[in-house]
Amino acid sequence: MDVQLKRGLLDVCVLAAIKNEDSYGYKIIKDMKPYIELSESTLYTILKRLELSEMLTVRTVEHGGRLRKYYHITGNGLKRIEEFKDEWEEILSIYRFVMREVEGCDKT
Amino acid sequence: MTKLKFLLTLNEKLANYPQAEVEEQLSFYSEMIEDRMEEGLTEEEAVSAIGPVDEIAAQIAAELSPEKKEQRSKKPKQRLKIWEIVLLVLGSPVWLSLLVAAFALVISLYVSLWSVVISLWAVFASFVISMPAAIALGVGVSVGGFIYSGIATVAAGLVLGGLSVFLFFGCKAATKGTAVLTKIMVVWLKKCFVKKEEEK
Repeated sequence: MDVQLKRGLLDVCVLAAIKNEDSYGYKIIKDMKPYIELSESTLYTILKRLELSEMLTVRTVEHGGRLRKYYHITGNGLKRIEEFKDEWEEILSIYRFVMREVEGCDKT
Repeated sequence: MTKLKFLLTLNEKLANYPQAEVEEQLSFYSEMIEDRMEEGLTEEEAVSAIGPVDEIAAQIAAELSPEKKEQRSKKPKQRLKIWEIVLLVLGSPVWLSLLVAAFALVISLYVSLWSVVISLWAVFASFVISMPAAIALGVGVSVGGFIYSGIATVAAGLVLGGLSVFLFFGCKAATKGTAVLTKIMVVWLKKCFVKKEEEK
C-alpha cells in the first residue's frame, strides 16, 4: 500500500481507538491487534504526529507506582474522523464504479 | 534481557540524538514493557515482545525527522547518565523521595564526618582546660601536706598538657583531611549533575 495513504489510515485508526475513552499505548496496540498489527515504534510516531497536529492531548497519570501516558482526543481529532468517513464514502463509490466497469468488461 | 538492559542499550544506540527525544522514547518503551508485565508476562517475555533492541533502535533512528538528525552535529555528546535511566525505570513518582533520600544521605555523611572532628577538638579542649586545673590542684594538695599525691596530680596535668600538644596536631590534620574529603565529595556530586552543561 502507498506509504502516505497507509500513514493517514493509521492516524485515523489510532484516533478511533481513543475516541470513546482515553487510552494508553499498550491498550491501543491491543485494541487494534485483531485488525492491524501495529509496532510500538510506529505507534509512537503516530501519537507524536497527532499530538503535534493537536488532534490529541497527552496526560500523565500515576498507575501502580509508575507513570502512564493517557491520550485524549480533541475536537480536531474528532473532525479528522468525520473527514475520513466522508473521504471514504467517495473512495468507495469510485471503487464500486471501477468494479462495475471492470466486471462489465469481463462479461463482454 | 531485562528492562534496564533493554533501555540502556537503546539509550546507547541513540546516543547521537537529542536527549529530550531519547528520554521520551525510553519512557514510552518502559511503559510498554511495564504494561505487558502487568498483564502477567515475565520481564524477559515482555522485553522480547517489544522486539530486538537493534531493530527498535534502527526504526527510531529512521523515524526521527531530518532536522533532528542535523542536531547531532551540534550536540554530539549528549547522553543520558545511567542514574537518569535508573530513575526513569523506577518511575518518577519515586524520584522525589529518592532525591530526598540521597540528599539526606549526603548530609548525614557530612555531619558524621564533621562530628568526629568536632569531638576530637572537644577532647583537645578538655585536655587544655584540665592541664592547668590539675597542676593547680596538685600544688594545692602538696601544700596541704599530701606531697606524693600532689606531685602525681601535677604530673598528670603535665602529661595531659603534653598529650594535648600531640592532639592539637592530630585535630588539625583531621580537620584538614575532612575538609578535603568533603570538598571531593561535593565536587564529585556536582559532577554527577552538572556535567551536561559543561559539555555543551
